[in-house]
Amino acid sequence: MESWASDIMKKAFKQGSQGTVDQLKTLGRELAMGSQGSSKDFLDLVKAIGESKSKAEEERIILAEIEHLKKRIMEPDVPRKKMKEYIIRLVYVEMLGHDASFGYIYAVKMTHDDNLLCKKSGYLATTLFLNEDHDLIILIVNTMQKDLKSDNYLVVSAALTAVCKLINEETIPAVLPQVVDLLGHPKEHVRKKAVMALHRFHQRSPSSVSHLLIKFRQILCDKDPSVMSAALCALFDLVLSDVKAFKNLTASFVSILKQVAEHRLPKAYDYHRTPAPFVQIKILKILALLGAGDRHTSENMYSVLLEVIKRSEPGKGEPGSNISNAILYECICTITAIVANPKLLGTAAEITSRLLKSNNHNYKYMGIDALGRVIQIDPDFAEQHQLAVIDCLEDEDDTLKRKTLDLLYRMTKSANVEVIVERMISYMRTLSDAHTKTDIASRIIELAERFAPSNQWFIQTMNQVFELAGDLVPAKVAHDLMRLLAKGAGEDDEEADSLLRSSAVESYLQLLGEPKLPSILLQVVCWVLGEYGTADGTHSADDIIGKLCDVAESHPGDIAVKGYAITAITKICAFEIGAGRQVQLIPECRSFIDDLLASHATDLQQRAYELQVFLGLTPDIVQKVLPVNGSGVDIEIDRELPFLQEFVDSALANGARPYFHENERLDMDSGISSFVGSSRSQQEPSHALRFEAYETPTVPIPSGSSSTAPPSLLPDFQEAKPESPRSLRNHLAADNSQVDLLGPEVSRLRLDGVQRKWGRPSASSQPSLAATSDFEQEIERRDSGVSEGASSIRENPPAAVPMYDPRNFEKKKAQPEIPAEKQRLAASLFGGSSTQKAANGVKASKPAANLRPGEKSAPPRPVTTQSQQASSPLMDLMDMTSGDSFPADPPAKPAYDPFKELEGLLDRPSTAASSTPAAPQTSSIDFMSLYDSAPVISHTTTSSTSDTDFLSLDHTSRSGMDALNGPQAGLMDLNELPVTSPLGGLAGLVQPNPSSSTGLQEKKGPSLHNSLQKDAASRQVGVTPTGANPALFQDLFG
Amino acid sequence: MIHFVLLISRQGKVRLTKWYSPHTQKERTKVIRELSGMILSRGPKLCNFLEWRGLKVVYKRYASLYFCMCVDADDNELETLEIIHHFVEILDRYFGNVCELDLIFNFHKAYYILDEVLIAGELQETSKKSVARVIAAQDTLIEHAKEQSSSLSNIIAQATK
Repeated sequence: MESWASDIMKKAFKQGSQGTVDQLKTLGRELAMGSQGSSKDFLDLVKAIGESKSKAEEERIILAEIEHLKKRIMEPDVPRKKMKEYIIRLVYVEMLGHDASFGYIYAVKMTHDDNLLCKKSGYLATTLFLNEDHDLIILIVNTMQKDLKSDNYLVVSAALTAVCKLINEETIPAVLPQVVDLLGHPKEHVRKKAVMALHRFHQRSPSSVSHLLIKFRQILCDKDPSVMSAALCALFDLVLSDVKAFKNLTASFVSILKQVAEHRLPKAYDYHRTPAPFVQIKILKILALLGAGDRHTSENMYSVLLEVIKRSEPGKGEPGSNISNAILYECICTITAIVANPKLLGTAAEITSRLLKSNNHNYKYMGIDALGRVIQIDPDFAEQHQLAVIDCLEDEDDTLKRKTLDLLYRMTKSANVEVIVERMISYMRTLSDAHTKTDIASRIIELAERFAPSNQWFIQTMNQVFELAGDLVPAKVAHDLMRLLAKGAGEDDEEADSLLRSSAVESYLQLLGEPKLPSILLQVVCWVLGEYGTADGTHSADDIIGKLCDVAESHPGDIAVKGYAITAITKICAFEIGAGRQVQLIPECRSFIDDLLASHATDLQQRAYELQVFLGLTPDIVQKVLPVNGSGVDIEIDRELPFLQEFVDSALANGARPYFHENERLDMDSGISSFVGSSRSQQEPSHALRFEAYETPTVPIPSGSSSTAPPSLLPDFQEAKPESPRSLRNHLAADNSQVDLLGPEVSRLRLDGVQRKWGRPSASSQPSLAATSDFEQEIERRDSGVSEGASSIRENPPAAVPMYDPRNFEKKKAQPEIPAEKQRLAASLFGGSSTQKAANGVKASKPAANLRPGEKSAPPRPVTTQSQQASSPLMDLMDMTSGDSFPADPPAKPAYDPFKELEGLLDRPSTAASSTPAAPQTSSIDFMSLYDSAPVISHTTTSSTSDTDFLSLDHTSRSGMDALNGPQAGLMDLNELPVTSPLGGLAGLVQPNPSSSTGLQEKKGPSLHNSLQKDAASRQVGVTPTGANPALFQDLFG
Repeated sequence: MIHFVLLISRQGKVRLTKWYSPHTQKERTKVIRELSGMILSRGPKLCNFLEWRGLKVVYKRYASLYFCMCVDADDNELETLEIIHHFVEILDRYFGNVCELDLIFNFHKAYYILDEVLIAGELQETSKKSVARVIAAQDTLIEHAKEQSSSLSNIIAQATK
């Protein structure tokens, strides 16, 4: 109420009357208001709201009003006038931020009213209430159609206003003809609104009015300026979408602008004695679009631009009015957007200087913006204004500061990056708004990645960003930082790398002292400590483990951090074991692990078990699984799988059927495979709707003795992407439990049955091909995933090589009369050439993701003997029906009972080891070594993936997908891949004993396969294996 | 394009809102709360622009009322400032020395006027005269309604003499 009072007082003084009289006047106003149809109730409401002292009180009043309105509005036969008032009151309620949706329908009803006033109120309320996608809109369309044809132009224009707001893409056709008719309406007021409505239609759905574009050109020539200016709004959008089509209008725009500038429009369009400034600005915007990159078109504009500037330019020493400066600023925008003309550019620079020197903050702001535009064309121009820029940077006005930082961001190069980033960080410190923080953080990161002078600086900067912006930083940045640390400087300078790492470790250990750190930074810290904490020997393993436990403890709810921490502990332990030292876990770590062993998060549980397994392993195994500094190693996979060539050749020589690509295979048997193919294709565009009809289902033709797979099972198999392990395992098993004595018939029967369960449906018709392809596809898929990952790593180095900007310009030192502080800042911002060169020198040591060839890949060759050995079990990978198509199997194998065969299918039974003396023990290791000897060496994603594939079905589907995840996954190794972590590799090594794998898979939830596997295992081991039996591992491995 | 128009009193009370791009009621409340906090706390000498969520908010204070418009990042701020002024001048001309009270009690009129100045987020009429003409034409239609109760206001007018 004070505000009213003050207003009233002001007026009272102005009119020289006294306070009491004034109160009466207020009363008079209120009554006059009441006379326009508002009741005392409403006036009381408005007054009560005005007088309410607190938000809560206001809330209470409004809620009471809503209740009241709800009751009253639903009464039958509310008089029209009363209803109108209710609607206005609803608008009021809604304006104050409350929900008035119960009354929307009455507002819609009101639009049907014949009385113009009521109709207008109805339209006003609906435009305020409804969004364009509201359900009620369909109810208004009919009224609109009628009103658009009305004789009364006020009705028409009210309807048009509503059309602009309410008509959506679906309802455009309903009113479009009427609106188009109105373009020829005698009243310019209506024509103008019709143009605006068409413009709105174009915004909503360009295709709906595409045939009317020519209309806009015609309207441009309308004799009424307001209609013409309405057309400009639409034309701006049109030009924006297709410049070429409107080039021929340039002359028209130029001549309109000329006429406007020369004051040819009626006086009514003047605004503070400036001729139609809004029209001028609109045309300038369009000209900027038309002239961009087109010398000829630009040349046509030069003279009119000069003319506009000349007429808007204020006299010497005057600041000029807002509106003339608005035009001048728009001229600068146009001049810098079109092909530059030196003279115009000079004028633009002059105006910019004037704006920058102004005392008015608004002008300074515009000046900074204009400067940013001018220096894009003439970089030297910044030099003259460096001090003005620094003034703005230090201004108390937040908006101005941010604008200046924006300018600096665009001016950044390697010479001044440190100063600018420092400024940005200190600005970020003052921020509380998440939006802005995210924005600034992303800019800092971008600059740091592009121009970082050294890795050390980069890491420090990133730490600061993480600290300040915390979880607003995208996770990718953290991954990039880790990758940078892992890869080092990109040169074979191990010493510098380890120096960098130990400095990172030091800084992170220090950082852990801080009370509150964002989760993402903690993840980085954990990773770095795990990877390099003990590398330089200054910190003992116990120290680091203690720190990691602290981190995990202080963030009980953060699973990601805990996961990082436990993995880091695992790595440290592994390094210790690998170095031959005894690991004795400190008590708090013990309890942490115990905690995780019982965790509800299966990922954490898994990691904890893995750690326990590691503790019981011998050094040489641990070293292999988790090599020191293994995360910097890239994995390259030869998609051709050359090491298998020999095996393939021999298989072919032995009569195996050659491999066909899936597509070829689809051609070959259209029956089942088309079914498979269709279900495939449905799968790929996962969420899209299908509009075309489904294919008529073709009944699969059973081939041979195999019957079709039960359809209900199919989707499951389609879903489980990497099928290879299954089929692979089947084949392995098939080989081991191959029974020649029983004859091909039996074995084939059995295999078919299995195929139906575990393989893809296509396999039942063409078992061998399908199975083979499964395997190869899987390999392919995995490969491509990995190589994609690898290549994107290469393409996207964590910090790209800085772009050398040839336009880097030299700067003179700042003028002498300026305070030294500012001079220094100016010098560092606008930089000298010498510093820049130095910086270029440093640049060479950029954090580039160069791959070190030495580590990149281990030669796949040296293992030929092993792969030869491995090839015997692998044989059957290629041929499902090994029984008949593979006659060369040793006949010495004893017969098995069907149960055992089943086991064999599921996993490699250890009984097979005893019965086939040579095979399983060696072959399993061969598998490992085979993959080991492939370019995959470290414990990074793929290696573990491939290992795991042999072991666990559940793991593979996830790991396969993870491998496809690209660069992050590649970097994140253990941390990113919950399941494929070291145990994968480990399991590969110790695979022959099924119980171990069963134990590991146990907690993965019920699945047919698992339970069968478990059953098989239990009968072999003689115990019921449970996941939570760590001692079992010890027994098995120890 | 103008995304929304807000009129907020110095106490942070909403006097008028008009949304040209879709916002749910929840978002609206949030936006108003956020912006009124930012705008009301700014000093008088600072510039009239705010960068906000990738958009720009241009505001100007008239007596106890803040007029705010939210525009695209590449729009001309000074122009927007003048659009606000243009609107205020038209209000002033219509109400005759407009004050906050006029807008409080006649907010629907303010909406009608705004609808004549801006449409679909664009400035549609740059001539004050033609806006005044249209609004006047509407008012003549309700003249008779006014007359009904003019006796009351006459009494007041006499009392204030």
